[in-house]
Amino acid sequence: MPQYAILQYAPTPGDAQDIPTEEMDAFLRYSDLLQEKGTQILAGHALQSSETATTVRGELVTDGPFLESKEVLAGFCIIEAADLDHALEAAKLNPATWRGAVEVRPILG
Amino acid sequence: MSTAVEQAVADAHRREWTFVLAATVRVTRDIDLAEECVQDAYVAALDAWERTGIPRKPGAWLTTAAKRKAINAIERQVVLRSKLPLLVEPEETTMDETGYDAVPDDRLRLVFTCCHPALAREAQIALTLRLICGMTTPDIARSFLISETTMAARITRAKKKIAAARIPYRVPEANELPDRLDAVLSVIHLLYSAGHTTPTGEHLVRADLVERALHLTGMLRDLMPDETEVRGLLALLLVTDARRATRTDDQGRLVLLEDQDRSAWDRAAIAEGHRLIVDVLRRGRPGRFTLQAAIASVHARAPSYAETDWPEVLALYDALLAVWPTPVVSLNRAVAVAMVEGPTAALSLVGGVEDDGRLGGYPYLPAVKADLLRRLGRHQEAAAAYRAALDLVDNDAEREFLVRRLASVPTDES
Repeated sequence: MPQYAILQYAPTPGDAQDIPTEEMDAFLRYSDLLQEKGTQILAGHALQSSETATTVRGELVTDGPFLESKEVLAGFCIIEAADLDHALEAAKLNPATWRGAVEVRPILG
Repeated sequence: MSTAVEQAVADAHRREWTFVLAATVRVTRDIDLAEECVQDAYVAALDAWERTGIPRKPGAWLTTAAKRKAINAIERQVVLRSKLPLLVEPEETTMDETGYDAVPDDRLRLVFTCCHPALAREAQIALTLRLICGMTTPDIARSFLISETTMAARITRAKKKIAAARIPYRVPEANELPDRLDAVLSVIHLLYSAGHTTPTGEHLVRADLVERALHLTGMLRDLMPDETEVRGLLALLLVTDARRATRTDDQGRLVLLEDQDRSAWDRAAIAEGHRLIVDVLRRGRPGRFTLQAAIASVHARAPSYAETDWPEVLALYDALLAVWPTPVVSLNRAVAVAMVEGPTAALSLVGGVEDDGRLGGYPYLPAVKADLLRRLGRHQEAAAAYRAALDLVDNDAEREFLVRRLASVPTDES
């Protein structure tokens, strides 16, 4: 089955401590929810706040995330889905869409 | 080469292209390869029909020819192609050499793939013209007055996304269908609008886009006879297009609805549109396209601008605003309010649309405001609003109209 990355964006700095309780509970149920829909999470991680990020470009190392913006990458998961519609169905159920947004990217290969 | 054969191939291109391509995509599951095979089949037809005569079912002949070419190509490239992502197609498909009648109709799948929400609206439009209508990329580029390179890149990028992200080749399920169909109808309506009022350039009407849009809507009506909004869109296009000949004068200048020669309107098209609208309204809960069609129909059936049933127009706008609350609808509703309650009431509604801010770049907003101010005798403000509208239009016919309007505003403030 094709794989997709669901990149989760949250309001800056994307600190897990800022996640409301209901959203956190929903994240814990997300994997089961997807299994009911015939999708599966292969891997998934929340990231620490973007204040902890370091960017490296060429030789240059700078403090902070790659992009300064209102929303930052806060986590990601890799799922298996039959096609884009199936992956989008999974993306719409992702609790990160409540306060922020998710980006769905097909994985190469 | 005989003209009869060339004519038959040209007819088959216009009438059968979508069917042949959609059936071939089912075999190749690769849009580029399918297009190539279908092109080849049309070229082969020129020669073959000359020798063996024009087949009784040209679409069936072309479909079979294109599928054979596809199967050969796939066999040749099987190793290479196993590396490429293919269109996702849920059911097992079997080849049926007898063709036509036995082949399920795949045109809808192709339509929904081209208008998938994961593609940008401009890509949806370009793909629809390229794949559903069989228009060449240079022709599409010309229709939208952008360079061929830009259009080719847009189409290539969209096709690449369909393959790489695996946008499925299927008709959406019932729970998604209303939204997805609305996107398809919006694309067709945009095509029509682009033809009806070209956003830029010299001519107000680009007949080929208008006819493609009408043809596509007719095709959808045949394929989805139970979808009332498809009928609504068809009615809207028929009724709007019935006035095509009178929208500009001999010099190509814009003529307002109130000044158009109503005797030159296409009465048959207006009657057909009316029949469709009545039929949909009888079923209840009309959607936005049906309501827009109903409004156009009230105008089209009025003996004159003054005798238009404005309270009916206003009631229809109220219903439209309820199902489709957009600032453009609010603005058009304000025009109807001006006719029923007078320009003062309308002007305050237009003020509300201005405050909303979403129509900042929309030339009709200051144009409507200017017209209301002119009728209220507020000449200086009217002139300023006409100038604001002029800054926003790109179409020569509309610009010329606004210049005339501006010139007609008295300069002395009374």
